[in-house]
Parts: sequence; C-alpha cells; structure tokens
Amino acid sequence: MSGKFVVGFDGSAPARRALDFAVERVRAQGGTIVLAHVLEWSPYSFLTPEELEERHKRRREEMDRAKKAIISKVVTELEDAGITVEAEIRYGKTHDILSRIAEEKNAVQIVIGRDGQSSLGARVFGSVAGALVQTAPVPCTIVP
Amino acid sequence: MKNFLLSAALAVVGAVLYGTAAVAQDQAMSLDDKVNQIFADSTGWFVSLIFSNFPGTSFPWIVAWLVIGAVVFTVYFGFIQFRVIGHSIALIKGDYSDPNDAGEVSHFQALATALSGTVGLGNIAGVAVAIGIGGPGATFWMILAGLMGMATKFTECTLGVKYRNEYEDGRVSGGPMYYLAKGFEERGLPGGKILAVLFSIFCILGALGGGNMFQANQAHQQISGVVGDYPGWITGLVFAGLVFAVIIGGIKSIARVTEKVVPFMGILYVGTALIIIAMNYHLIGWAFGQIFAGAFTGLGVAGGFVGALIQGFKRAAFSNEAGVGSAAIAHSAVRTNEPITEGYVALLEPFIDTVIVCTMTALVIIITQQLVTDPETGLYLLNEAGTSVRTIGDTSGVGLTSAAFGSSIGWFPYILAIAVVLFAFSTMITWSYYGLKAWTFLFGEGQTKEIVFKVIFCVFVVIGAASQLGPVIDFSDAAIFAMAVVNIIGLYALMPIVKRELISYASRLKSGEIKKYQ
Repeated sequence: MSGKFVVGFDGSAPARRALDFAVERVRAQGGTIVLAHVLEWSPYSFLTPEELEERHKRRREEMDRAKKAIISKVVTELEDAGITVEAEIRYGKTHDILSRIAEEKNAVQIVIGRDGQSSLGARVFGSVAGALVQTAPVPCTIVP
Repeated sequence: MKNFLLSAALAVVGAVLYGTAAVAQDQAMSLDDKVNQIFADSTGWFVSLIFSNFPGTSFPWIVAWLVIGAVVFTVYFGFIQFRVIGHSIALIKGDYSDPNDAGEVSHFQALATALSGTVGLGNIAGVAVAIGIGGPGATFWMILAGLMGMATKFTECTLGVKYRNEYEDGRVSGGPMYYLAKGFEERGLPGGKILAVLFSIFCILGALGGGNMFQANQAHQQISGVVGDYPGWITGLVFAGLVFAVIIGGIKSIARVTEKVVPFMGILYVGTALIIIAMNYHLIGWAFGQIFAGAFTGLGVAGGFVGALIQGFKRAAFSNEAGVGSAAIAHSAVRTNEPITEGYVALLEPFIDTVIVCTMTALVIIITQQLVTDPETGLYLLNEAGTSVRTIGDTSGVGLTSAAFGSSIGWFPYILAIAVVLFAFSTMITWSYYGLKAWTFLFGEGQTKEIVFKVIFCVFVVIGAASQLGPVIDFSDAAIFAMAVVNIIGLYALMPIVKRELISYASRLKSGEIKKYQ
C-alpha cells in the first residue's frame, strides 16, 4: 500500500523518531512523506497595537526561519536518500492543521512523535497526541 | 541608545530630587498644586474654545457636532448598526477568514486591541462623572449616543483599512491621517493634507490628555483611595517608569501581560455589576424609571434635562471614541481584502463599550443609591457649589464608582483599584501608539524622533497624576473632541466611498461570491 504519510515535524528528537518510522514505511511500501511544521497560533490571542502593525512582517520572518532552520535541511536529506517529500509550514493548532493537511493531501496516515512525559500540564490541557487521536480523519501512529 | 537611557534615568532621578526639594522648600504650595496651576492656566483657552456654547444657550457646539455626525452616518448607511450584527459576529468568529491567512491579524485581534484602548477609565470614572453631574438621565442619552456612534465607527474603520499604508517590509499603518490625505486626493477634494496635519496635532494632544494624563490621574485617585492620601507625582513616576520600560525599553512582556489580563478584568467588572444589580433586583424597575424621567426632566440636576443630555453625549463620545478616529488606527492592521468587513466588526466597539459596559457602571451607581435625593420632592440635591449632584460619601469620578460597588460588595474596591490601574496602563500603551503614529506622520519615522515623543509621553504621565481632576478632564475632553472635529469633516467627504464599498460587498455576499470558509 503506497500513499502519503503526514509527519508532524518540529525538529525535536521525538519528531525525528516519527520521521524515521515513516521513512522506513515509505522505503518498504513506497509513498510520499509530507513534512508538516505547525506554528502554534490562535486568531483569538491578544496583541498590542505595535504587534498588530508588525504582524505581517513577523509572520513572514517566522515562516522563513522555520523553513531555513527546520524544514529545508531535512527535505534535502530525504531527497538525497531517494525519498519523495513535500513540505508544509502553516499556522494554527497543531492537531487541527495536521488533520487538515491529511485531508487535503489524501494521506493514508499521520505520524507524530511524543516525548513520553505524562506531565501535569498535558493532563490538564491535553496533549497534541491526545487531541490528534480524537480528531484525525485517518489512522494515526504515535511513535514513542 | 545606552547613553540615552542613562541620561533619561538621570533625568528621572533629578525630577525626584527636585520634587523632594520643592516639597521641603515650599510647604504652603505643594508640587501637585503648582503643576495643577500651571496646567490649568496654560490649557484654559483651548478648553473654552472647544466647549464654547451655541450663542444664548448652554449647549456646546462640539456635542451637537458629534451627535449630528452619528445621526447622518446612521441614516446614510440605512441604520447599518442594527442590520449587520449577525454578519459582524460571523466575521469575528473567522467564518469568512481564509485559513491560509492564519498567523495574520484576525478581525478578533484588531477589535480586541482597539477595545483595550477604549474600554477603561471612561467606562468606570467617566460614567460616574456623567451621572454625578447629569444625574441618572445622562445614562439614557449615553446609550443613545453609543448606538448612533456605531455608524460613525463603521465609517471611520472602513476608511482606515481602505487607505492604510502597506510597507515593503510588511508593516501596516493606517488611520485618519492616511485616509484624509489619500482619500481627499482620490476624490479630487482640496485640503486633505491640511486636515491630516491638523488631525495629527490633535491626536498627539489627545494621546497626552485622554490617553495619558486622565488615565494617570484617575489611577492615582484610585490607589490613594485604597492606601491613603499621598502626593500624585509619586504615582506618576512609577507609572512613567513602567510606560518607559514598555515603549522605550521595549519590554514587551509587561504590555503582553496587561493585554492578557485586561479582558478578564473587563469580564469580571461586568459580571460583578450584574451580580450587584441582581442583588437589588427589586430596584431595577425604579432605576430605569429614574433614567427615563431624568432624561427628559433632569430631576433637579444642574442644567436640567439639557445638562443630563450633554453629560450623556459627552461621556459616550469620550468613552467609545466614535468619530474621534483613534480606533481606525488600531483596526487598520487587520488582514482582509475587504475594508468594509473591518467596519462591520468595528461597529461592535461602541456597543460593547458604551451600551454594555458604561450602562453597567451607571446602573450600579443608580441602584446602590449613591446620589442623594430630597425625600419629599424626589429631586436630586446639589452640592454646595451647585455644580453636581450630592453623593453619599461626597465622592466623584472613579471614587463614586468605587463607593457604589463597595456598598454592595465590601472588598470590590480593591479589585476595582487593580482593574483601574490595569485599564489605565493598557489605555496608555495603546494611546502612546496612536500618538506615535500621528507624530511620525508629522515628523517622519526615525529612532530619535520616536524617542522624543515617547519621552514627552512619559513626562505627561507625571503631570497627569499630579494634577487635579478638573483641569485634566477638561483638557483631555477638549483634545479628543478636537480630533473629532477634523475627522468627521473627513468622514462626510469620504462617506460615498464607504457606501460604494458597502453596496459592492453586500451584493457579492448575497450572490454567494463571498463565501464562508468554515
């Protein structure tokens, strides 16, 4: 079965494990890696007037930085290894955006890593993995 | 920059030393009194010009100017404020926002920031001033002015987005100075540049007055009401230091914390007001009776029903700033291809600010019976000078609001004191930005030029905190209304452009060309 694997990727070690897992699958069965980087963002946050003025500029800078620091290197690395890869950088809530990308790209699976800590914060506010499992339109793999 | 910070710090220390020395030298006349005297003397002419009455009446022409403007826009746009609320809310929820624009300024954010500049002391202290002078009847006129003002806000914020400047580096700047200059040119009308310059001058004065001194003044009154009396310049210096840290030192975290806490304070304030009203539910009917009776008879207040009307209109305008043009500066940063959508969103501002929050303050003051009435005639008793209604604790301004809330919930004045200080602070930050935009419109952008304005702004924090309420509130009102004089001339000239936008948008919305994303 070949298809697209959406990988939530933020450059961290767990994200790297998730990517490696997905790459193995793609090597075995063919398919494409969709590298997805989400910049956490809520349209309901409060900004100062100065931040409003500079928002568009900052957004451009943040996108550039994410592309340069996190995405580009991995894309080149995967391409060199002969893997077909697409990249997406978007703003929003991580689980929402991953689900949306999976839908748009007709993906077969979403793969994310987790850091394995069941912290109090995650219990109270919920974790990305938890929220994603609840809402994803396709099967999810959480790589420990 | 470092040298500059150092010299500024020295100047502050110098001011403290000077203040201490002056207090020691001159027991008879304190520093506060001196500042107050100089301030009142130097601004009096401006205040009397703006607030001069129509010949032979006691009706200030400026109040008529604002109300006529609001009525004209309401009629011209077919009572827009009562027709589009549903769509406004859909826009704020993001139903019509392109998901690919996530990370840009949303309608909600533009509205929230503009609101944090308007919801503040005007709603707490300003309303108390209005009720104190104009009696309960002022509430009626205040609500009416708030409803009409929604159309004014709609007009100015649409123009703010339409004629904003979008710079190469991605920054966005807008506001009356831009639409006056660019819009007049587009329509081939003369004088746009002159109006833009005038507006900018008044905007700087308004930022220093209503956006700064009035805030500092009322914050000091509130703090000294809780901890006991002490000289105003001390509060002034502390506030000036914090404002300095944010706008010059670039310590964003302070501003960010305030921006986050202020909305909750607002909700807490309205919530508490509702609880107090509910506790006195048997008086609700009576309170509205007082409001309606007072609106048309005055119930014995100074100036009769005209006094109530003037106070109501004045406070509404001062509180929601509709027609003043300030909010157009904040709203213009929104991400949208349709300027009119920001008008739809902005018209909620006077509604939230005046019709909801201000009315809560008024109801609490009336319902807790802070105003003294003659038991026989039911009319309100005036103070000795005959200028305002006598209150139970002889309070006025924010003190009156505090006493009203405190009479039902004993510990609330402490919360209110914190809320007032935070509201004052966030309003100062927002207005320092408005003032700065006007300043850079006049003098051009550049670090030194901007720092000059910011330092002036900080100095006025101290002056405001040290002055008496009277001269400060007069000057604040006068400067802010002077902005409205210029801005509303511009709105009259440019309203056909808004109408064109409105018709085009409404037809595309109906035909389904503009569609929901969610």
